[in-house]
Amino acid sequence: MTVLDGLVGTGSRLVVEEPERFRVHRDSMMSPEILAEEHAKIFEHNWLYVGHESEIANPGDYVRRRVGGRPVFMVRGAKSGKVNVFHNSCTHRGAVVCRQDRGNAKVFQCFYHAWTFDSEGTLSGVPDREAYGGTLDWEGLALRSVARVESYRGFVFCCYDPEVVGLVEYLAGAKDYLDLIIDAAPADMEIVRGTNEYGMDANWKLLVENSIDGYHAVSTHDTYFKYLVALGTDLSVGVTGTAHDLGNGHAVLEYEAPWGRPVAKWEPLFGEDAKASVDGLRAGLVERFGEERAHRMADLNRNMLIYPNLIVNDIMALTVRTFVPTAPDHMEVTAWEMAPREEQPDVRQRRLDSFLTFLGPGGFATPDDIEALESCQQGFTSGGVEWNDISRGMTREPRANDEAQMRAFWRRWRADMDRVDRTVNP
Amino acid sequence: MSAPARVRRPTRSEVEDLLFAEAELLDAWDLDTWLTLYTSDSRYVVPATDVPDGDPTTDLVLIDDDRLRMTLRVERLNSRKAHREYPHSKCRHLVTNVRVGEPDGDEIPVRASFIVWRTRNGKDSTWVGGYTYRLVERDGALRIRSKRVELDMSSLRPANDVAVIL
Repeated sequence: MTVLDGLVGTGSRLVVEEPERFRVHRDSMMSPEILAEEHAKIFEHNWLYVGHESEIANPGDYVRRRVGGRPVFMVRGAKSGKVNVFHNSCTHRGAVVCRQDRGNAKVFQCFYHAWTFDSEGTLSGVPDREAYGGTLDWEGLALRSVARVESYRGFVFCCYDPEVVGLVEYLAGAKDYLDLIIDAAPADMEIVRGTNEYGMDANWKLLVENSIDGYHAVSTHDTYFKYLVALGTDLSVGVTGTAHDLGNGHAVLEYEAPWGRPVAKWEPLFGEDAKASVDGLRAGLVERFGEERAHRMADLNRNMLIYPNLIVNDIMALTVRTFVPTAPDHMEVTAWEMAPREEQPDVRQRRLDSFLTFLGPGGFATPDDIEALESCQQGFTSGGVEWNDISRGMTREPRANDEAQMRAFWRRWRADMDRVDRTVNP
Repeated sequence: MSAPARVRRPTRSEVEDLLFAEAELLDAWDLDTWLTLYTSDSRYVVPATDVPDGDPTTDLVLIDDDRLRMTLRVERLNSRKAHREYPHSKCRHLVTNVRVGEPDGDEIPVRASFIVWRTRNGKDSTWVGGYTYRLVERDGALRIRSKRVELDMSSLRPANDVAVIL
């Protein structure tokens, strides 16, 4: 604690909370200086999602990622079997050493001067090593691991700050919701082959809000609901539920909705053939977890934010989505589909269909979300209006179509951005 | 049972007429007529950019439409509530390098290269890739049974989405 803690920082200047009113200044979405500050204060100091362990099941399996805007790669060490996350940069002169998006490799060789590293990061080959006269610091020149790497039930996170709290402590209440999803699977979870890599000309925080926003569904996604009705889904049940602040900026909506869920909730769209297998999944959940927890797993939908930029939406399909700003008004989005291993093919087909029709950038809903967020970004530049209003539901027990979950995000954002001991990199 | 009769291999011009007609209908946003170029058992698939050989029954893809979903996609795009495409973008489909393969049963395999431009609201998006068609003859005319669109882009990011029909 320093004496400066009492001063009003960037966060408090831009996020103003009163008893019945919560406002966010639009500078937070438009300014390059704020984005630089976010990189220094948020992306450098919080746990960030890297990938799922199922993506690197075998020794030497690797995937290349951009995490917090930095190129890294995650590799299963051939000797240790452990998940390594390395800065993707040769320790000699800097070139990236992992140049493919995924694969299996015994070694990673920098093509520039052919320095070679193994899957544990150990420097194993330097051409013409005699030129160093025995002084080469082999250990010091190993690939540099990201400061902290931990995984929780298959979800791998890293942090560039060695002082960060442990991952489980960081996840706070979000941990129980990850458990709920993972426990519901009869076998291990895996990431399905095929990645949705798209973009939006909008500030990254707009997608944070949108991913956990129940309020926009009816107005924005009319054509998607029409599509569901055309396929025979009965929407009259509606969408009811609650929002929860999970601590540390994480938040979740939990709600009942009319659509089927491949976890264990059958609907006519799945087809009669799938009914027995889906009912069987449900019976299995009741047997393992009791009626109440089984009901939550099977029937309730969850849209969850793990601060700052991981979305795990367990709805008609299960999405793992992360995004990174490249400019105040542009972000890169990467989304994967998660599913239990050895799922019945007909249930898997429904899951795939649900993902691409609702959650995919070629579907019946996500393009309209993109349009909405880009539209906000364009609207901001009109000026005249300084603040966004995020007060919905402040005076009642928060419902799934209120904005309590966004306030949870913004409060943490405010706290991170108020910190004065984290300088902005030049 | 005898094997299905091999169909006549159409000339490249005949195939190009169909493909160019499709491009024109898509550019004109005459999607109801566009659908009539497809058979009742048609399929339209766009694999993910990182798995161009993706199989929509096991892999996550970008688009996997059977005839019903193609119809519903057209219904959506004809609506004022498809916010991403209302008002409609200006689109231009360029189809080139058309190659007609040897008939396979009653199907004629066709490959082509394409570029689709979308200009909308001050932003230009471009999709580039290859088409793989399977054509059949219906009532003396060529019709499309399947269209697979493999994007050459290393990701969808430059275009942001794929809200138009490629």
